[in-house]
Amino acid sequence: MIRIDEYPTHELNGIKYRCGRVQPFGASVVGNSGVNFSIFSSDATYCELLLFHHGMREPFARIPFPEEFRIGNVFSMIVYDLDIEELEYGYCMDGPYDPEHGYRFDRSKILLDPYAKLVSGRNVWGSEPDWEDKFQHRGCVILEDYDWEGDKPLEIPMKDLVIYETHVRSFTRDESSGVRYKGTFAGLLDKIPYLKELGVNCIELLPIFEFDEFENSRVIDGERLYNYWGYSTVCFYAPKAGYAASAPLGLAADELKNLIKQMHKAGIEVMLDVVFNHTAEGNEQGPYISYRGIDNKTYYLLTPDGYYYNFSGCGNTMNCNNAIVRNCILDALRYWVADYHIDGFRFDLASILSRDENGAPMTSPPLLETLAHDAVLGKCKLIAEAWDAGGLYQVGSFPAWGRWAEWNGKYRDCLRKFIKSSAECGPELIWRLKGSPDLYGNRSAEASINFITCHDGFTMYDLVSYNEKHNMANGENNNDGSNDNDSWNCGAEGETDDKEILSLRRRQIKNAAGLLLLSRGIPMILSGDEFANTQYGNNNAYCQDNKISWLDWGRLKDNKDIFDFFKTIIAFRAKHPVLRRSDFYTGMNSLGYPEMSFHGSKPWEFDENSPFLAFGFMYVEPAVDYGTREDSFIYCAVNAYWESVSFELPAIPEGMEWETVAYSGDDRAKYDKNTGNSVTLMPRSLMLLHGHTKRNTRKGGKKDV
Amino acid sequence: MFDFNVTENAGEVDVVLKGRLDATVAPQLHEEMAKMQGSDIKKVTFDVKELEYIASAGLRVIIFTKQKLGADTQIFMKDVNDDVKQVIEMTGCDNFVTII
Repeated sequence: MIRIDEYPTHELNGIKYRCGRVQPFGASVVGNSGVNFSIFSSDATYCELLLFHHGMREPFARIPFPEEFRIGNVFSMIVYDLDIEELEYGYCMDGPYDPEHGYRFDRSKILLDPYAKLVSGRNVWGSEPDWEDKFQHRGCVILEDYDWEGDKPLEIPMKDLVIYETHVRSFTRDESSGVRYKGTFAGLLDKIPYLKELGVNCIELLPIFEFDEFENSRVIDGERLYNYWGYSTVCFYAPKAGYAASAPLGLAADELKNLIKQMHKAGIEVMLDVVFNHTAEGNEQGPYISYRGIDNKTYYLLTPDGYYYNFSGCGNTMNCNNAIVRNCILDALRYWVADYHIDGFRFDLASILSRDENGAPMTSPPLLETLAHDAVLGKCKLIAEAWDAGGLYQVGSFPAWGRWAEWNGKYRDCLRKFIKSSAECGPELIWRLKGSPDLYGNRSAEASINFITCHDGFTMYDLVSYNEKHNMANGENNNDGSNDNDSWNCGAEGETDDKEILSLRRRQIKNAAGLLLLSRGIPMILSGDEFANTQYGNNNAYCQDNKISWLDWGRLKDNKDIFDFFKTIIAFRAKHPVLRRSDFYTGMNSLGYPEMSFHGSKPWEFDENSPFLAFGFMYVEPAVDYGTREDSFIYCAVNAYWESVSFELPAIPEGMEWETVAYSGDDRAKYDKNTGNSVTLMPRSLMLLHGHTKRNTRKGGKKDV
Repeated sequence: MFDFNVTENAGEVDVVLKGRLDATVAPQLHEEMAKMQGSDIKKVTFDVKELEYIASAGLRVIIFTKQKLGADTQIFMKDVNDDVKQVIEMTGCDNFVTII
């Protein structure tokens, strides 16, 4: 059957077109060579579609939307006979220019479609753009027919996740990564076997929506600084082209989809760090990229006199609880789940999403409620960074509807302090190890994303190697980055040859990893921490596209013991469901033990309400309750004190024995049943022991812990 | 310019591709490959020695061919230059086709 709408009704300078369909927004392929263009603007009085050959400054066609092509506030048309592989498109809009009342229409600007599925203009990372070109971020059309070969989001239960936070470029850009396509999605693909070996099952990518690495770019001491992290979105629907090795061929979407498909085949979820709180257009001095020229009043929170509210600290604030913007965000998230099979999202400065159109926090923000209950997002993970730059801090109180988890900033602060021997943090540490029931008691430990380090702040190695931040390379006179790091350099600032200090640092990294991975709640690891990666004391490497940010894979060889420690405990966590229980059960289990208990140097003798530095905690995992092969007692002795401490181990049932699984100390101590029922931990160390049925120690036999 | 030539011999198909396989010409090749559906084809070999360009639409013809002819049909690509090989690898098309 030949459809009537396959034929054009209009022609202008040889370009054939007809009235389009209002939905879906954006540019969608129709037939073999037709494209349906649809864009919303409530205040535009005129709209024009501009078509470009790839990379050309001047359009080969400008097609004004006839009045009959506008339905409500949506302009749409189908254009025929286009070569979509080399097509770029944009819009010009006209309307009132009255900034005091929020209108900033400017017909001379060429605007990016907010729903563009691919954006060119920054196809090769760091390649100097043509600054004379009026159209910097150019919409492209993609074929949305990717073959997923039966893949879908993995839906790993939240309680079972071990999240690994990384930056696409930093992860493999350095020569030492050994991958073929360094710093790209295709490069990340080559590291899947490494991630499998480490044992993580979720990778969380710093922003991968199209952004402009040249935003606020500058040269300091001969080094070009970039908008490296990308927390400043140009387009919510397009993958960052500069992260795709194949972007010059317009294949960024395919490359990313292949990465996600292969991650899923390896049992690893892919989560995105998304930035909906502001855009790359900045404040009144910022560029016209898209939203400002299309519907400024709709997309941004504006002061009564038309300036931009700045709750993001980045110049503007998205008007997230406006119905139009809310739908735009929802559409984007649905698109990433449906078309890219994304497993979850971490929302940057998510508290902004709870502010109303005047910037005031709401108790039931419509956007957050909509996302929590949305059908397409129904099984995907939603994680909030539950604070914003405007002073709103909602850790433990983020409007959640039972769906939202939170980056637990209190966990990070407490763990950091305790590890460096702040005894007064001991009582709080008990809550954090339990999954923070003081914060999430009416929900579950699944709401608590536990972390000690993340992209913001020191890496784990730097946390134990620097007392102060060293951000001079950022060109802000060391004023940027947090001053509250709760770090300790172990005796010397930065690099040192002192063996004792280096040894202590290794222990401290392992101590942190041990506590993190044995806590209830969802652990998140910063990539590279598992081999002591350093940023040389820079705690805010947002602009550093160089050795400061790029992971140095040579350190993996040098710090194999640290990698093995992480790997061992991640595997142990995967094997023992009691560690991942999330419902704050406090009763006795079927072995007659409390499921999680705390101990002093003598078992069952412990005052958890007074400051302490040495303690033990024990999980008891009855096989009958958890469907495991055998009963397990899991005891972790923690010595954050600067002297050795001996721990008497809790008695376990007849026929069982303790075995050391992991020890952060370097004196090679381990539990020896022949020397009594205790272990002695060297200063600042941690030991994980597993109580299990006595093994037949066959020669060459493999023990299963 | 794009040109292609398809020959079949005892269930084995050779497809010689020359020039630029872009979105404007990919439908022609697509149509040709679609004709093979239902035939007892065991092997398809794309000879890409003189292929200068392949991107979104061209890759899709290769994937389409694999899907339509089924799991029993092997797809090969021979005389692949570095540019084309990289495109195949970066996008995961090497899951569908064996480079020889």
